[in-house]
Amino acid sequence: MNNSQINRLKDKTFNYFGIFCTLIGLVILAFFIGSIFYDGLRRIDWDFLTSLPSRKAEKAGILTAWVGSIWIVIFTFIIVVPLGISAGIYLEEYAKKSRLSSLIEVNISNLAGVPSIIYGLLSLEIFVRLFGMGNSILAGSCTLALLVLPIVIVATGEALKAVPHSIRAASYALGASKWQTVWEQVLPASFGGILTGVILAISRAVGETAPLIVIGALLYVPFTPSSPMDEFTVLPIQIFNWISRPQHEFTTNAAAAIIILLLITFIMNGVAVYFRNKWQKKINW
Amino acid sequence: MKKEKIIEGLLKFSALVTILTTVGILYVLLSESIAFFREVSIWEFITDKEWTPLFVNKHFGIMPLVAGTLLTTFIAISVALPIGITIAIYLSEYAHKRFKKIVKPLLEILAAVPTVVYGFFALTVVTPFLQSIIPSMSGFNALSAGIVMGIMIIPYVSSLSEDALSAVPKELRNGSYAMGSTRLQTAFKVMVPAASSGIIVSVILAFSRAIGETMIVAIAAGQQPRLTMNPLVPIETITAYIVQVSLGDVQHNSIEYKTIFAAGITLFIFTFILNNIGFYIRKKYREQYE
Amino acid sequence: MENVLEAKNVNVFYGDFQALKNINMKFKKNAVTALIGPSGCGKSTYLRLFNRMNDYIDSFNLQGEIMVENKNIYNKEIVVEELRKKVGMVFQKPNPFPKSIFENVAYGLKIQGVTNKAVLKNAVRKALQQAALWDEVKLDLDKSALALSGGQQQRLCIARTLAVEPSIILMDEPTSALDPIATAKVEELIRELKQKYTIIIVTHNMQQASRISDYTAFFYMGDMIEYNKTDTIFTNPQHERTQNYITGRFG
Repeated sequence: MNNSQINRLKDKTFNYFGIFCTLIGLVILAFFIGSIFYDGLRRIDWDFLTSLPSRKAEKAGILTAWVGSIWIVIFTFIIVVPLGISAGIYLEEYAKKSRLSSLIEVNISNLAGVPSIIYGLLSLEIFVRLFGMGNSILAGSCTLALLVLPIVIVATGEALKAVPHSIRAASYALGASKWQTVWEQVLPASFGGILTGVILAISRAVGETAPLIVIGALLYVPFTPSSPMDEFTVLPIQIFNWISRPQHEFTTNAAAAIIILLLITFIMNGVAVYFRNKWQKKINW
Repeated sequence: MKKEKIIEGLLKFSALVTILTTVGILYVLLSESIAFFREVSIWEFITDKEWTPLFVNKHFGIMPLVAGTLLTTFIAISVALPIGITIAIYLSEYAHKRFKKIVKPLLEILAAVPTVVYGFFALTVVTPFLQSIIPSMSGFNALSAGIVMGIMIIPYVSSLSEDALSAVPKELRNGSYAMGSTRLQTAFKVMVPAASSGIIVSVILAFSRAIGETMIVAIAAGQQPRLTMNPLVPIETITAYIVQVSLGDVQHNSIEYKTIFAAGITLFIFTFILNNIGFYIRKKYREQYE
Repeated sequence: MENVLEAKNVNVFYGDFQALKNINMKFKKNAVTALIGPSGCGKSTYLRLFNRMNDYIDSFNLQGEIMVENKNIYNKEIVVEELRKKVGMVFQKPNPFPKSIFENVAYGLKIQGVTNKAVLKNAVRKALQQAALWDEVKLDLDKSALALSGGQQQRLCIARTLAVEPSIILMDEPTSALDPIATAKVEELIRELKQKYTIIIVTHNMQQASRISDYTAFFYMGDMIEYNKTDTIFTNPQHERTQNYITGRFG
């Protein structure tokens, strides 16, 4: 073979290798998830979803775990959404290109790269101890809110940037103040992008384990919480707990709970992607 | 108008919360670490070969945890780097636009799966499989955790590298083709070197992500701090140690409690340096093309 | 006719660049005054002085006075939102809000605190009638403004401005993005509107200026070269440059 033929052969080989690499991760993931379904699907029934955890694997259920997750999600949402959107609005609409705003933006990039367990350490000292929240749902929500705050801020900023300046100009020319312009025109126009960011942030929060373990979320919680100051557990921690048990039945339980967690995660991400596509089509001004 | 000023103040406060978060992190890590280093010398911390704060005979050498962290990270990168860059090259130089549009978001799924799920895979699927090939491998080991972590961070490498390749001016690519080069030659001889800064940034950020990973290693890599590069034995990472202590009953002002902050600040320093090197390089190469 | 707008010794800088040099000008009430001149001569900048839309540009710097109804609108006590209720603006590219037709026209009143549905409905109808758009949209005011044609969108933007009941309307090349038929409709509208409003229009189109304006000012590289009745400018210009511009020697 001459040089040119060798090169074309290499090229073609790489083509196949490229497809292989692209798909290998997804194929392996599909295989993993398949094996989990195989192991855990039969364990899922109404009892599993509504039972408290128990020392006996057959009796144990994920009730307190998913109820805890819902509490956490609700309070994280309540904290991070107004905070993140406000910060995003400030940085995009109000802050002049000053040193302060550059500092804030670099800082946000840094915070996004801080390992999640560090947020647990922060929260342990500040929220759990200093503010006296204890290992409560409130402390857990504050932790996760700070963790996913950069996601909401960045998504809000991007969504606001995408609104054409002509909309703002028209609003100002009619005598609207800056806040009126933001609240009545810019924010509604950027709603889709912000929503996508919020869903992605919450989806991330649902799957978080390490920071909550650090602040003292319990592995074994035989009650459902009734107030944000209660102790709690969440679905990923329940899974972690069951994985740590040697008996095979608990492994099955873990697999079953993982199916539920994955369902929630994939549905949320799917909804976020759906909204992102819908919103991107809409902004053809 | 006064109302406008109040609203702007509230918005500004929200933005400043991010600064407060960083201040909080630094304060917490530093204050507890300083208290720790009053009892344990920095020299001992860096040079002792054992980490046994929870035992009676206490050693406070961070190196075993660092070794465990770096071992799992290197394994992860050696999986994610070749696969991730190949994907990036394939998507940017070979694939149809439609294929790329569908596949790129699909790959993000790998990063969206909760890490506790990956930990489960590593422990219950990958480890038994590897044990059938390598009988001497322990139930907890760095290899399984590292491989699974590598799969998780593939999109970190592939996505940013693909962005970097896409940002290279078309003229370079077209010029190479016009000289009769194949896609492969163009990719490796022209495009990758041109996008090298961006690709390096993607690797740095993936590396940082792997160092900070907790659940996969907490579940599958073990709880035995060990100064080793052997991927087949149980080890412990910095993050897994913090989880281990958090699960136990540790008194607030004890030295054991302070160790999680000493470990935490070590972790923070590593990721902080890596992230900012990455941001710096990214800023410089963005300026190059804009 | 009295003067309602005035520029006194106006010099405008963007950083070091001087966009307007020593402009002194009085605008007549209830007249259409056209600002013409080649690209970059400063006419858009000049127009935007009167509703302070240049304020959003960081490097903008004004020396001199701009008087609206005998008050210097760049004084510290002036509330710019109040000014803009008196001085409305129509932009070059139609920029309706991504909302319904009704919401667009009602917006100016809503931000003033008007909530009475009947009042709003009435005001919207009146404004759309004045803008000669009512008949075309009256059947479905909830339709999205973005579904209208370019010409209709521009008339909607005019209606939106009229709903606030300004006394002065600034128009920045309002028909340059429109087709000839839509342009003709807007021009007819402008002729109608001058009975109630004072209109300043920046235009690239000299034929348009001669068609619809009573007065014309010719700008060149930041200087106002000539300002006179439109008829005079176009039939008997005093300056050679004006002559060269309107005969197309340069553009």
